[in-house]
Amino acid sequence: MKQKLVVIGNGMAGMRTIEELLKVAPEQYDITVFGAEPYGNYNRIMLSPVLSGEMKFDEIITHDLNWYKEHHIQLLAGQDKKVVAVDRGSQQVIAQDGTRVPYDRLLIATGSNPNRLPIPGNTLKGVLAFRDINDVEQMLQAARTRKHAVVIGGGLLGLEAANGLVKQGMNVTVIHHAQRLLNRQLDAPASTLLQQALEARGIRFKMMTQTASLEGDQQDQVQKVHCADGSCLDADLVVMATGVRPNIELARAIGLHCERGIIVSDTMQSFDPKIYAVGECVQHRGEVFGLVAPLWDQAKVCANHLAGMGDLTYRSIVVATKLKVTGINLYSAGIFRTAEHCETVVYQDSAAGIYKKIVIRNQRIVGIVLYGDTDDGNWYFKMMQEAVDITPLQEALIFGPAYLPDTISDSQLEPSAPANYGGPGSAHSSTPKEDAHFTL
Amino acid sequence: MSSYERKTTCAYCGVGCGIKAVVSHTDIPSRNEDSTPSFQITVSGDEDHPANYGRLCGKGSALAETAIPEGRLLQPRVNGQVTDWNTAIGTVVERFKAIKDEHGPEAIAFYLSGQLLTEDYYVANKLMKGFIGSSNVDTNSRLCMSSAVSAHKRAFGEDVVPGCYDDLEQADLLILTGSNTAWCHPVLFQRIRAAKASRPELKIVVIDPRRTATCDIADLHLALAPGTDSFLFNGLLSYLHTQGKINQDFLSATEGFDAALASARQSAPDIRQTALACDVDEQLVKQFFDWFADTDKTVTAFSQGINQSSRGSDKGNSIINCHLATGRIGKPGATPFSLTGQPNAMGGREVGGLANQLAAHMDFTPEDIDRVSRFWATDTLATAPGLKAVDLFRAVREKKIKAIWIMATNPVVSLPDANQIKAALSDCDFVVVSDCIAETDTTAFADVLLPSEGWSEKDGTVTNSERRISRQRRLVDSIGKAKPDWWIITQVARGLGFGDAFDYGSARDIFVEHARLSGFENNVQHHRRAFDISLYDALSESEYDDLAPFQWPAPRNNAVNKPETTSDRLFGDQFFYTTSGKAQFVPVLSEGPHNSLNSEYPLALNTGRIRDQWHTMTRTSLARRLNEHKPEPFVEIHPDDAVKYGLEPGSLATVTSAFGSMIARVEVTDTTRQGSLFVPMHWTEQMSSAGRVGALVNPVVDPVSGQPESKFTPARIQPYRATWHGFVLSHKPLTFPGVEYVVKVPGTAFFRYELAGASPIAEWNTVTKRWLEPAATTDTHWLDFEDTQAHRYRAAVVTSEGLQCCVFLSAKIDLPERSWLAGLFTKETLSDEDRRSILAGRPPSGTQTAGRTICSCFGVGENTLKDTIREKGLSSVEQIGDCLKAGTNCGSCVPELRTILNNVSKTG
Repeated sequence: MKQKLVVIGNGMAGMRTIEELLKVAPEQYDITVFGAEPYGNYNRIMLSPVLSGEMKFDEIITHDLNWYKEHHIQLLAGQDKKVVAVDRGSQQVIAQDGTRVPYDRLLIATGSNPNRLPIPGNTLKGVLAFRDINDVEQMLQAARTRKHAVVIGGGLLGLEAANGLVKQGMNVTVIHHAQRLLNRQLDAPASTLLQQALEARGIRFKMMTQTASLEGDQQDQVQKVHCADGSCLDADLVVMATGVRPNIELARAIGLHCERGIIVSDTMQSFDPKIYAVGECVQHRGEVFGLVAPLWDQAKVCANHLAGMGDLTYRSIVVATKLKVTGINLYSAGIFRTAEHCETVVYQDSAAGIYKKIVIRNQRIVGIVLYGDTDDGNWYFKMMQEAVDITPLQEALIFGPAYLPDTISDSQLEPSAPANYGGPGSAHSSTPKEDAHFTL
Repeated sequence: MSSYERKTTCAYCGVGCGIKAVVSHTDIPSRNEDSTPSFQITVSGDEDHPANYGRLCGKGSALAETAIPEGRLLQPRVNGQVTDWNTAIGTVVERFKAIKDEHGPEAIAFYLSGQLLTEDYYVANKLMKGFIGSSNVDTNSRLCMSSAVSAHKRAFGEDVVPGCYDDLEQADLLILTGSNTAWCHPVLFQRIRAAKASRPELKIVVIDPRRTATCDIADLHLALAPGTDSFLFNGLLSYLHTQGKINQDFLSATEGFDAALASARQSAPDIRQTALACDVDEQLVKQFFDWFADTDKTVTAFSQGINQSSRGSDKGNSIINCHLATGRIGKPGATPFSLTGQPNAMGGREVGGLANQLAAHMDFTPEDIDRVSRFWATDTLATAPGLKAVDLFRAVREKKIKAIWIMATNPVVSLPDANQIKAALSDCDFVVVSDCIAETDTTAFADVLLPSEGWSEKDGTVTNSERRISRQRRLVDSIGKAKPDWWIITQVARGLGFGDAFDYGSARDIFVEHARLSGFENNVQHHRRAFDISLYDALSESEYDDLAPFQWPAPRNNAVNKPETTSDRLFGDQFFYTTSGKAQFVPVLSEGPHNSLNSEYPLALNTGRIRDQWHTMTRTSLARRLNEHKPEPFVEIHPDDAVKYGLEPGSLATVTSAFGSMIARVEVTDTTRQGSLFVPMHWTEQMSSAGRVGALVNPVVDPVSGQPESKFTPARIQPYRATWHGFVLSHKPLTFPGVEYVVKVPGTAFFRYELAGASPIAEWNTVTKRWLEPAATTDTHWLDFEDTQAHRYRAAVVTSEGLQCCVFLSAKIDLPERSWLAGLFTKETLSDEDRRSILAGRPPSGTQTAGRTICSCFGVGENTLKDTIREKGLSSVEQIGDCLKAGTNCGSCVPELRTILNNVSKTG
């Protein structure tokens, strides 16, 4: 008799875990997946190209309904299959329509919810998040019929949304509360270059601005955005891209220990050992997640334990950010601000739109900001992860591997400590994670 | 386009090479004086000239590159204001008159140069000694040749170099002492090298405290302690005597042998004592002595290492003594041989350019004074020797001399204790400077600046080291308002009321008068002088134009003085120009340098030339490729001393004497003796903020010749505590106010500046932007790079016209090579890769940079050499030449090629 595994959340983290599990223990579980959206699984991080018209939705589907069938996975998708409760005593999952599915192991992968600004008018028609394919379809619809778009939030998602909408022909203004765009990923010179490049594409910016309220017409269709400084913008579409928070509603309701997210151990187990959690809904060693790379690692670790092998542990890794705007190259990882005990190596060719900064501590790379020329991002990133002593190549560092003197051999670039990089789940960095990068 | 060929002579060293110049004229005349000239000059060696038979060195090959308007003085200036010739000459005349009237003729002085042509020299000397009536006319030849002059006069009765260049090739033993022939007389060195190659039995001994490039062909190198040369040659004389090698027959043509031998034996009685005094291995001394004792055909060539000494005259005589004692003089392949430094040092001596000569090898004897007075038809001829260079400037400092006219030389750089020269000139009532270059360390002090013609414009004659007089011919019209020096002097003479005696219309007019004077009462009845060129005292203009190189004596009356051929040497008849007609031994009591080392100044500072520069670089630095071999003032120090004084190779050091200090780049090398330092003499304030070695040199002179002891100044060295190092390459010239160490290195289409400072720069980018601002234009793009950990900062200015300038700064001396960056300045457009690479200072790996230039003639860099040697497995200098051409033109880099070859084969 197979054990029963129930997954709540048909998203990227949950399905990656199933894929990993099927690889190592294909026959161990009967698997049931609950999903709120009536689709198979798609690659959420590719929504930006869909919005900008560079890709079609079909192209970003990762698991169509056939996939579930082929792997004998029961997919329970749609609003009525929304999970409303879990009876941990009897180990049953209960959906909105009353469906009950028992489990031996439960995996929660409920992801995150977009923040919606608590301002008047935030529920008007035409006020969207940029979270799922439904949002994208609504934006595309609006672009066909309407003119003015306002994006609130100058982070990765907001800028990708703004870029997509401009490409779709709308007048786009981005309202950002901070002084700089991508202020969680970039330092001042890089974000200035970024802003200049986006302005050249026709996006307007209102920086250092708080949104006060949204005003609608008689049909409750959003019409204007009022800012705290008293200014007012025409808006037929408002996209709120003001960050996400872990979706822990259910977990909290069923009594799992949560802080910002569901607290998980290094084996991705919640406080209830039968219940695992992965993805943006979890909090691991104080950290919550917004980028995709750690999710892949979590999936692998989680699958390893679900399969009963129990030999991997999850360690937070530094992750790198890229903006998915065609023609704009930026790369950011680690500590990007100049911090105490840190030194920086900076290269700028503003006219050519190039800015590079490497942050160094104890002769190890601890931060990378690349703008305009990101070719060497992964080279730096690998050295950062492996804590390579950069002393012998420091002079050439900022110019990239092509400029290393012939005298530097590969052996000199070996990691300074054994890095046990065999499995991503056990990968670690000597660099503490100080800036979590959220997107999607 | 039309072109013509003219034969002329090189402007640089005393070898006096013949040059074939081809001038191509475009048909469009240049519209104004400042524009680029409408001609192009190419030079090659003159195959017919007996000095070089077609060879040229790197400097000579680059002469055409210096015939450019850049830096030239184009107009007369009075008190800094541009004026016309009449006003300028009028000012000089008026001030000279006033000063002479008030303070007498002794209050006026001329300071001349071995760069002047004989005709210029002649009229300057004639004006001062004959008509102003003072002997205060001296020349920078004082700094290089005057000890040899004294030695010659004491031994031979006249300033006569007995040998000729053929002797260097015909000798069986060639001794080069105090002469880095390879770098200072490169074409002679090539001739010697070729002779050695065809006759390997020719033995070559180099005597020099440094293991110079000249040692490349040496069979024996005696790295004697600085200043001990006379011990060595006295020891040799003692040894020759004890070995029974004295030529008793020849002694009958001499006087004073016994006294000279007695002195020699007192100074250096035997090999052991000699070796001890010179701090050289006894076996090596014996080897040298035995070779000398056993080789009839011996030539001893000596140069500044002997002359620039407080005992320079004695050292010269200690050499000549050995030649007289063995009768090795006046014979092919056997002679003492003074190698002259400057192109016309000898011409200057011939006309009396030194304060202690009168004219045409006549002295201040009553007979000579009478003779010259009658010849010049003057009754105001000076009757006693004047002040020699160092004393002359001391008199300026002491305000005894109120007016000085400096021609074609740069005493603020080249004289010892040079800071005192600055002080003297800045306090002097009236300073006139004639020069072809506008901005030199000396022109800065001029009340009146007079534009002289440059090398390609001048017309006249020069005399080289082997007494060969050659024409230097005008190739192109003078630039701006520049005039011949003789013309300028003549104008002043006329203004002073001496028009009748200065009625010259051309250089030829002066030359024939000079030739007449050389033969005037030059016979047995009067005063027989070797210097006689009366054969040429009636040349027509066209004969003068066509004059082929000839050696003096060239008397009209053959019976008196025979012209010389290679088989029939001067003094071959054993007649000398002394009162008795016999050669004189001069007793030499060996003494060390005047100032000895002490605990405060424990090191012996030596100075000298480098391969690719000439004098104070005012001209050679215009030929950009000559600046690449040794771009910065440097100090050579032995590895043990470097450790002792905490000096890293390539770092900067402060060198200090009791007289001044300088900053120089440290070159650690075991070619320099322990306890010694070597610094090149060339750098000026125009080219370096702190690289003038002249400021350190002790103003100690030889009591006979007045030549300064430039080869030995007690000094100390310590690290220059730079907190930052840097360099800037810029298309336009820039200034770096407040920066302590700045060296300017002109390059092709850019200027390079090497920088360093002891005080930290707080804001790299603010400071550098201020420096680089003049290079910026409206479409300027700034690139910058900063590494706060390694304390590196780099920036570049790029415009649509390419790279304008770049700056590289670092807390350490770890700056990238300049050669690749330099190449960007000649690129019309920068590729994206070039642009990305600018601040890296090099292209992506795999694209090799040429490295430091070794061969200036073909621009071959060190990296290229090393790579090619490795890749093609080259094992000889000849093979390098076949592959890369390096070393195949002037050959002066051959010693360095050999060193690189050895190093590569050692390291694999």
